[in-house]
Amino acid sequence: MTKSNHIIEICNITKSFPDKVVLNDVSLTVKQGEFLTILGPSGCGKTTLLRLIAGFNSASSGKILLDGKDMTTIPPHERPVNTVFQRYALFPNYNVYDNIAFGLKLKKVDKKEIEQRVKRALKMVGMTDYEHRDVQSLSGGQQQRVAIARAIVNRPKVLLLDEPLAALDLKMRKDMQMELKEMHRTLGITFVYVTHDQEEALTLSDTIVVMNEGVIQQVGTPTDIYNEPCNAFVADFIGESNILNATMIRDGVVEFMGKKFECIDAGFGENTPVDVVVRPEDVYIIRNAEAAMFHGTVRSCIFKGVHYEMFVDTPDGYEIQIQDYNCFEPGTEVGMMIKPNDIHVMRKERTENHVVGKLIDATHVEILGESFECEAVEGIENGAEVDVAFGFSDVELTDDPDDGTSWGTIRFILYKGDRYHITLRTEDDDVLYVDTRDVWEDLDEVGIKIRPQALKVTALNTKNA
Amino acid sequence: MRMALTMVSCSMKKFLSNSYIALLLMMLYAPIIIIAIFSFTESKVLGNWTGFSAELYTSLFSGGVTDRLVDAIQNTFLIALVAATVSTLLGTVAAIGINDLRYRKRRAINFVNNIPILNPDIITGISLFLLFVSIGITQGYTTVILAHIAFCTPYVVLSVMPRLMQMNPNIYEAALDLGATPMQAMRRVIIPEIRPGMISGFILAFTLSIDDFAVTIFTNGTDGLETLSTFIYADARKGGLTPELRALSTIILVVVLLLLLVVNYRAHRQAKRAEEQAKQLKNYSRR
Amino acid sequence: MGKLLKFFSRRRSWSLPYVLFLAVFVVAPLLLIMLYAFQGEDGGFTFSNFDKFVHQREAINTFIYSIGIALITTLICIFLGYPAAYILSKMKASTARVVVMLFILPMWINVLVRTLATVALFDFLTLPLGEGALIFGMVYNFLPFMIYPIYNVLQKMDHSLIEAAEDLGATPRQVFTKVIFPLSMPGIVSGVMMVFMPTISTFAIAELLTMNNIKLFGTTIQENINNGMWHYGAALSFIMLVIIGITTLFSGSSDEDGANDGLL
Repeated sequence: MTKSNHIIEICNITKSFPDKVVLNDVSLTVKQGEFLTILGPSGCGKTTLLRLIAGFNSASSGKILLDGKDMTTIPPHERPVNTVFQRYALFPNYNVYDNIAFGLKLKKVDKKEIEQRVKRALKMVGMTDYEHRDVQSLSGGQQQRVAIARAIVNRPKVLLLDEPLAALDLKMRKDMQMELKEMHRTLGITFVYVTHDQEEALTLSDTIVVMNEGVIQQVGTPTDIYNEPCNAFVADFIGESNILNATMIRDGVVEFMGKKFECIDAGFGENTPVDVVVRPEDVYIIRNAEAAMFHGTVRSCIFKGVHYEMFVDTPDGYEIQIQDYNCFEPGTEVGMMIKPNDIHVMRKERTENHVVGKLIDATHVEILGESFECEAVEGIENGAEVDVAFGFSDVELTDDPDDGTSWGTIRFILYKGDRYHITLRTEDDDVLYVDTRDVWEDLDEVGIKIRPQALKVTALNTKNA
Repeated sequence: MRMALTMVSCSMKKFLSNSYIALLLMMLYAPIIIIAIFSFTESKVLGNWTGFSAELYTSLFSGGVTDRLVDAIQNTFLIALVAATVSTLLGTVAAIGINDLRYRKRRAINFVNNIPILNPDIITGISLFLLFVSIGITQGYTTVILAHIAFCTPYVVLSVMPRLMQMNPNIYEAALDLGATPMQAMRRVIIPEIRPGMISGFILAFTLSIDDFAVTIFTNGTDGLETLSTFIYADARKGGLTPELRALSTIILVVVLLLLLVVNYRAHRQAKRAEEQAKQLKNYSRR
Repeated sequence: MGKLLKFFSRRRSWSLPYVLFLAVFVVAPLLLIMLYAFQGEDGGFTFSNFDKFVHQREAINTFIYSIGIALITTLICIFLGYPAAYILSKMKASTARVVVMLFILPMWINVLVRTLATVALFDFLTLPLGEGALIFGMVYNFLPFMIYPIYNVLQKMDHSLIEAAEDLGATPRQVFTKVIFPLSMPGIVSGVMMVFMPTISTFAIAELLTMNNIKLFGTTIQENINNGMWHYGAALSFIMLVIIGITTLFSGSSDEDGANDGLL
């Protein structure tokens, strides 16, 4: 077996709590010496993944290798990694020096050497002369520096950082970002960094791992992730974007907002439903409507420091976000253009909802833990397991969770120019996708109704066969 | 003019509220002051002044009291010491465990933990009496100590718990992360953090045990294991309080008062030190 | 052995010894009260103990009388204690600490000694012992238990709520009735819990304060247990447990916000 340059290998890790699956079959490799950032919204499982590497939690299934050795059952104090916590976690009963020396003293390192190493670590984080200060008298930024020194003084193979800058103010955060980057270069060890701040991830990382709902969405360099997001979630989460439903007519031609556009993507087949992403800075806005590919009316225009951010309404009811150095007054009729290589086409992950249910009788099916009415079904025995499919816009959401046949919580909202694409988690942990023009908010609890005609019921075993 | 008026009404209000507190305190302390005053007279009956004398104090310490009372005092302190020590250990370990449990289990245990606190002493006493009778343990030291541990430990859990909840949950993990075994992490990081809660839990348990009457009387058996409380009860039923107990009560009161003053003074000094450090910090950042 | 070590290296396992302890010394004894209460002298299941209670005039009368005394004591404690707690919560923190301690300090003196001192006080002032002395003694004993939880809640109250009410145009009186008082309810509830039940169940204290003339329910229970009537005594205890259960239910989860934690 050749020694690979992978310092961490995570193989098919699943972590579930009694009421929830937090990580679902996650696999990832981290290269020796790289700065890898795990990025995602809160509750996506990123911190759990970090805690599994550190050993604070154990996985339900799967394996974690550090430097080629299986770490799955090794307790945290025997792992060659150290962690920097979001809220510093300095020991309040020790001063700065003793906090940093904590790990070395436990390893029974020679006293002289401890002193040298602590001093060096303090110098590295710019806290020389603070040795004898009480940690609780330090400011947030200073505490975080001590926490970093306390971790790196042990010379870990991997430094794990759990949103280390989240509690700091903006200016301090920017300074620390630069210092972390510098520290990574000097130390030459692997950094695994967890954050929900996409800008921070783009600034710091060699590699970004985007996570959502316990699943890795995309792994790549910051440029890759920004320019070639692999799905609507990533496109929406990283940077600003216009995400629209589209149809790939054939290679090089995509249709959205009712118009055909030239693009450079290929290999999606013909007349395939897809998503397209266009970054706001890639939409060219011009006064002359004649030469434009499509037109609309400026609704709002806000100065953002370097550029203006405008929202333009098209006649067919789409809303396009545009960034431009010129200002167009609200109400102005404008034309717009998009270059072929600025249109990024993404495969749709799904085109309709699929859930597993049970047929109750010919006109009722049990899905999402409740009985739903459906069109008369023939040829399937009552009580049989069935696959139930229905479109995104066949689901109606109600304000009052009790009004619907079932209920759920809104987990994620994606704006698609003319509608919202909502990810919904039901009480039984099923996931539904809903297209709607109504405005909802994250974590709203809503009732779920489905039109009986929309439910397409097929027997499960025939599908398997 | 108007301002002057409001100022007057403000200080008036303050005066009134201060007098109210003083009045309540007077009411609370009146009986105690009577004990303290009458501890300096020899009279057998409380309330009868027969001239100043320190006789009760000398008699208390020079064997002028019955052996029964000496035994009762010894028993009281011995039982309190053992019960408070065991409760503190058991309660601290329990609090650490409970704090790490998931929400529902934690709630369930906290609920049961609150039962002895909410239950009147007499119910706790009778229920434990029935338990010891059913198991068939002879009642005496063992049962009284077990009973005292049973009603003291919940208070220890309650006084340690807030310290644990205030603690940054990552501190324990940080220690493990830096190479400490779970035991080392506990000794070097967690215990120092919760020590104040343990100490106040111990003091609370100790005083609850010394003061207890209802639980003791149901669990001390028929062989006549006596504590101060049961001794006084027997005494009082016979028609009076052994005069030396007036002296003893006064001593206890003064000791506790001094103890509280020391604790308070230390807390005060700590607060001051923290303030100074904050000031220092400001100066640093200004530089 | 290794397995056991591993088990206890998880912190949540540390709660196990205490869980067992609670099961044996808290839950089992309460179940025993229930068992004895529904058991006749022959060991069979019966309601006869409760039947006896309902038909014994004296026990019923003591019971009702005790509830009355407890109600009066509780009300007096609220009326005396609330203003005190309110004033304390307005004091400078360091002063308040000392005064609160002064309120708790008498608790360190043995309750029976204090009661005997109260008797002496009444003698000294040539007041008769009896109902008046009983209520005074109860209030005297339990007042700190009313002041402390209310003070705790008032002191922790977010001051911006009061300012918000003032900002929205509430007069000082309205601020008190609409904001401060409702928010201090949990403190009152836990104060009531700590005064009402102990008053009903007190024994010894009542005897001393009334020269054995007035009996409270606690004394009735104690006498029965002492006279070997365990089943009947258990049944009377069970009745008290039911009342406690009901009051706890009514007070909801008031103790969860810690109105009564950290008594020191």
